Amino acid sequence: MTAHDLYLLAPPIALAGVGGLVVLLDLVTRRTGLVAAVSLLGLLLPAAFALALWGDVNTGGAMAGVFDTLVVDKFALFFQFLVLAVVALVILGAADYVARFQRYKGEFYALVLFSALGMMLLAAATELVSMYISLELTSLPLAALAAFLRDERSTEAGLKFLLLSAMSSALLLYGMVLVYGYTGSTQLGEIAQAVAAGGQPFGSPAVLAGGVLIAAGFGFKIAMFPFQMWTPDVYEGAPTPVTAYLSVASKAAGFAVLLRLFSTAFGAVSLDWGMLFAVLSALSMTVGNLMAMGQSNIKRLLAYSTIAHAGYILVGVAAMAVREPAGSEGLGLSSVLFYLGAYAATNLAAFFAVIAITNRTGNDQVDGFAGMGKKAPVVSAVLAFSLVSLIGIPPTAGFMGKLYLFNAAVRADLVWLALVGVVNSAVSAYYYLRVVKALYVSSSESRATVPSSPAVRLALGVSGLGVLFLGIFPAPLLGLAEAAVATLLSLR
Amino acid sequence: MISELGAWAIFLLPLASFALIALVIRPFLGSRSRVSGYVTVLAIGLAFLLSAYALRSTLGHEQAIGWPSHRWLAISGLDIRIGILMDPLTAIMLVVVTGVSLLVQVYSLGYMKDDEGYARYFAYMSLFTASMVGVVMARSIIQLYVFWELVGLCSYLLIGFWHQRPAAAAAAKKAFLVTRIGDVGFLLAILYLFLQRDTAAFAGRNPFEIPDILAAAGMMTTFAATWTALGVFAGAAGKSGQFPLHTWLPDAMEGPTPVSSLIHAATMVAAGVFLTARFFPLFEHSAAAMTTVALVGGFTAVFAATMGLVMYDIKRVLAYSTISQLGYMMLAIGVGAPAVAIFHLFTHAFFKCLLFLGAGSVSHAILTFDMRFMGGLRKAMPWTYATFLIGALSLAGVFPLAGFWSKDEVLLSAWRGDKGVDSLVFWLAFVAVFLTAFYMFRVIIMTFHGPFRGGVGAEHPQPGPPARGEHDQDHAAGEEAAPSVHLAESPLVMIAPMLVLAVLAIAAGYVANPLGDLAGVPAHWFVEFLEEHAEGFSPGLAAASSAVALGGVGLAALVYGRRSPSPEAVGRAFGPIRTLLLNRYYMDALYEGVIVRSLFYQGIARGLNWFDREVIDRFVDFLGWLSRNGGRTVAPLQNGQTQAYGVVISLGVLAIIGVYLVFGR
Repeated sequence: MTAHDLYLLAPPIALAGVGGLVVLLDLVTRRTGLVAAVSLLGLLLPAAFALALWGDVNTGGAMAGVFDTLVVDKFALFFQFLVLAVVALVILGAADYVARFQRYKGEFYALVLFSALGMMLLAAATELVSMYISLELTSLPLAALAAFLRDERSTEAGLKFLLLSAMSSALLLYGMVLVYGYTGSTQLGEIAQAVAAGGQPFGSPAVLAGGVLIAAGFGFKIAMFPFQMWTPDVYEGAPTPVTAYLSVASKAAGFAVLLRLFSTAFGAVSLDWGMLFAVLSALSMTVGNLMAMGQSNIKRLLAYSTIAHAGYILVGVAAMAVREPAGSEGLGLSSVLFYLGAYAATNLAAFFAVIAITNRTGNDQVDGFAGMGKKAPVVSAVLAFSLVSLIGIPPTAGFMGKLYLFNAAVRADLVWLALVGVVNSAVSAYYYLRVVKALYVSSSESRATVPSSPAVRLALGVSGLGVLFLGIFPAPLLGLAEAAVATLLSLR
Repeated sequence: MISELGAWAIFLLPLASFALIALVIRPFLGSRSRVSGYVTVLAIGLAFLLSAYALRSTLGHEQAIGWPSHRWLAISGLDIRIGILMDPLTAIMLVVVTGVSLLVQVYSLGYMKDDEGYARYFAYMSLFTASMVGVVMARSIIQLYVFWELVGLCSYLLIGFWHQRPAAAAAAKKAFLVTRIGDVGFLLAILYLFLQRDTAAFAGRNPFEIPDILAAAGMMTTFAATWTALGVFAGAAGKSGQFPLHTWLPDAMEGPTPVSSLIHAATMVAAGVFLTARFFPLFEHSAAAMTTVALVGGFTAVFAATMGLVMYDIKRVLAYSTISQLGYMMLAIGVGAPAVAIFHLFTHAFFKCLLFLGAGSVSHAILTFDMRFMGGLRKAMPWTYATFLIGALSLAGVFPLAGFWSKDEVLLSAWRGDKGVDSLVFWLAFVAVFLTAFYMFRVIIMTFHGPFRGGVGAEHPQPGPPARGEHDQDHAAGEEAAPSVHLAESPLVMIAPMLVLAVLAIAAGYVANPLGDLAGVPAHWFVEFLEEHAEGFSPGLAAASSAVALGGVGLAALVYGRRSPSPEAVGRAFGPIRTLLLNRYYMDALYEGVIVRSLFYQGIARGLNWFDREVIDRFVDFLGWLSRNGGRTVAPLQNGQTQAYGVVISLGVLAIIGVYLVFGR
């Protein structure tokens, strides 16, 4: 452990420091606003370190460190920024929700920060054991957060998440063991060499089994079919800000580690797993969308929507794996990164609007949104706009993201997958627009207005404008995504 | 030298004015807030000053100022960029657009004073101006297309500004739909350009960047150039009201008069001519495209002028006159003189804007546009009369007013043209000169001379022609119009812009494009600024066209002033032709009755209805059925039992490994 290693770890360390400070602060003050403000402003510290690292990476290239267990490259930093941005928005957007808690308000923020710490490490890890530990560091606070309300449904959600997360960890760990056993290394780079030398699918049948088990473990995190079943139950039971956080940050971190592991360790045999992800992508989209159609609870609806979106994003992963033609290398990967950013803005906007409305009405049912278009015009507009983005209609981030993803699929000769995606998007309009219809067409008896605090309004505004901005000016984020995937591609 | 930021500001200022009015002033200060008018005038005034500076910066840089474009969106192979193309054509158009718009906004301060939708009006006007500025500055054809459509949207909003009136709503819809037909051609041209991205002509070039397209035009195959040019021309013909897409323009009179003035002078209709001039190298490369443009232009010039002969609504006469003059501009492009076309656009902007503002001023006083109820207004409204007369003389092409110089250049270009079609369109244009002079002086005499015929108070249901021109004798000033005629001059805020325009309608022609060097302006400055060469001047042709124009004036004076022969006698003599003209060649009847009712409703729409019900709906129903029953099948698994979920995960892993074992990969 050298000083340079500490520098490489500075963003997660700073985040851990902020988390610890928040816990201590919560002991001495009863002012929740102060705790929230410190959590929020504290994020500037890891962000500043990450920015400095980006500058160094820009001039000097990727930096490996800490006994070669992690690397700081633009890919890792892209996800670290994404996680930090999401955490900041979640802290803002949760303000009104947390205010309703009886106890443990400070712990809520601390747990969010600690789980983000795991995600940041996950994005940088290049070694199986570090990956596993970072993953656990992410999951445990999330289980606690899911159970945070301590009512029956929330507790059940937390317990379910913990048990199934443990099971998927077991699968993952078993997969890692197999890979280690047959390649002799936990380093992604060394595994890649052993796999490439094998001459069979994945190099050897045991590594194949290991690869599938690892895919299952990460598939759990990203809510990929057939490892998605926990999603609706946990999303419904967990506090809504936690659901928002789960659906965006946890998914992004899961994709980060999945992309790095498969494109590095199994990069040479990408044809062996490309079709696996292509098929699971099609199934995730279809299952998610079909199941979402019957839902009457907005959180369950968005849970199935997130399964469908895991499917859309996997289109890019499949496109990356099936050889891309010269001139468009990295198209699949960069579209995945772009879509994760776009999805984060969109889903957060949708969830914040849901929080703002349900906080007042206390009703998670789609019917409860009836007539909100008149009573809460701004919140409803943001919700409708983000749902339009989830369908993938311009001028929204979701449209641009899908455009890039499906374009990548077509370029990689996965036309059938792009078609499945397009049909699924059209089908999904049915259940998203049902919510919009409730907002604007249906009328309701109640005259309740929906007041919200400046913090929530800010979160709503930033994420809503983000959806619009990315829908009109996708180039900046896409440029970052392209820079981020360049390192992964050079390793192939 | 103007900076790129300064150039962007020309576009952003009116846009900001729109945003400010729409998002702040109207919601918080109410829809009649006077502030919105001042905000608009200020923003467009600043934009005009910047435009003038931009024009000055362009002088001496006959090449475009080369600001790099910015990437907007890139998807492997498709690179869409945005940026500003600041060349002489853009600089001149900017000055015309912002200048005319500024005067119209000042005039509107008075004209719209008491309207309920005051703030909404200025919000739309700001957006309209911003869109038009966007069109002329666009560096990428996609960017141009976006603003092109925004111009269409704004015209829809403004023509239908008084949307409570069915005629206004219908006119707005018609303008939107008819121009859309042309826009399909434009869009196809853009897509066709993209398909050519791998051809030799576009090697190393971006098929969306206008400078690249223009540079590649000469290397494109004739086939490609022809079809791209014709697609672009279809869009231009829709916006510029060229035959057969002209039918929307006379109806567009339903909007407030300043809107008509802006649409006819500097924004909407000018966009089509600008577009054709912008892509002139494409046209130049294709003889077929050039012939089409020349013929359509020449035909439209005469065709529209004939309808102008018989209309009673003063704004409709002006509308047909606009169509006819746009035909002139297209004709000039078709014979290979785009700079001359822009020169005519430039002078036309001033005198046509002036004429519309004059018509608005008249109706402001007597609350009607029907010339049968006007007459004798020159005593009550001396300023309006004087400026309107100047506009009419300029439009008729009487020496030495602005219209004379530009019209003469158009005629000369056609005369000097060496293709067979050039002499044909020359004679068409020549006939149009006579018609124009005649109908304009018919307007002058009917409106300002003779006895006053009562204004709005004297109106009664008209027998006679069933044309749609008759049912819209509504009050221009909309709902605020109290039914009282006050025979008095309009307020200064309305007269002042007209005076400025009158000066321009007199002088803009010769000063901008003099025969010899003139106090710092070199000979043929305007045309040579846009194009390398100028045609010179032909005294014989000028004399001939002037004689014809004066003949038209004289005949109008004879018929409508002296009444020998009387208009009624002339009407009887030309009975069937007059009916044909009053019914506008039955073009509207053809479109609405035959094409829309019979063909669309009965044929295509019925087929689509069947397809929608039997194919689309069935498919959607099937999906619904699938999700209900599919959900029912899987539902037992989604039972909340954690053990069941664990089992599914394990089975999933086993299934995947099984598939690998069976299929290998």
